[in-house]
Amino acid sequence: MGVADMGADGLKLYGVEFSSRLLAGTAQFPSPAILSRVIAAAKVEVVTVSLRRESGGSRAGERFWALIRELGVRVLPNTAGCRSVKEAVTTAEMAREVFDTPWIKLEVIGEDDSLQPDVFGLVAAAATLTREGFQVFPYTTEDLVAAEKLLGAGCEVLMPWGSPIGSGRGLNNPYALKSLRAHFPNVPLIVDAGIGAPSHAAAAMEMGFDAVLSNTAIARAADPARMARAFALAVEGGRLGYRAGLMHERDMAAPSTPVIGRAFSDLARA
Amino acid sequence: MRIHVNGKVLDVAAATLAALLRELDYQDGAIATALNQNFVRKTDRGKTPLKEGDAVEILVPRQGG
Repeated sequence: MGVADMGADGLKLYGVEFSSRLLAGTAQFPSPAILSRVIAAAKVEVVTVSLRRESGGSRAGERFWALIRELGVRVLPNTAGCRSVKEAVTTAEMAREVFDTPWIKLEVIGEDDSLQPDVFGLVAAAATLTREGFQVFPYTTEDLVAAEKLLGAGCEVLMPWGSPIGSGRGLNNPYALKSLRAHFPNVPLIVDAGIGAPSHAAAAMEMGFDAVLSNTAIARAADPARMARAFALAVEGGRLGYRAGLMHERDMAAPSTPVIGRAFSDLARA
Repeated sequence: MRIHVNGKVLDVAAATLAALLRELDYQDGAIATALNQNFVRKTDRGKTPLKEGDAVEILVPRQGG
């Protein structure tokens, strides 16, 4: 029996079900063909996309959008780089028209070195967009109060960072991420940003997170399709481990082989 | 008339946002527009006049993380 057969375990985001728990960014790939191979190799069903300026006469944006549509994946447009509520809301409105989806990965950046989310702006933008009918995926920190307020603003999914975007540092604050998971057991939580290795993705899934979003670690690998497959396996393995129930850590050793019946056990130690 | 388009100052003849897109050779496909930081729907571009000093954003799909 393959791991995929071990009980239905779909991911549901705003009422839409997916079998893959690995979401992928589409930036920084060496070529569109490699991006296509990555999506196929990892069986990714949701990809992030963005909107950017382009000169008249250039058709790069159109070609990219045609490629994504051919892949048959669901798109999650972002508001990457936005630094104010106004910028983020306007960008989201523009994205909804172009990509024809109410989904928006909401980013309101508050600090340049860490690209840390401005959680105050994030909550305000999320409230506005929810009122406008968007289904908001806020890129946030692991802050519990911010998470609570984002849910209050209408978000049904949260995307806490693992560590700063593009840093590859993995899960910077496991304690806080575990707390977040424990506080919101029924909210889909997707670890986004900073995931640098398959082991980071597996660790997030073992903590009980619902999915992982990876971009740079896959796109910048020497062999992106192979790395994507590695991430897919890590996510699946971590998820299975979580569902199976991980053992609790101990400070001291505990023999796994039975102690009773051990030869020479009646001899005094020197 | 001098306006800002995607951060660049341009001298244009177009009187509306829809005319501006034609003047600058944007196809009518996957693009989104904003005027002075406010989203302008595709269906509203023809009735959105431009004036001196306006800031227009014309965005297209792009790779993103």
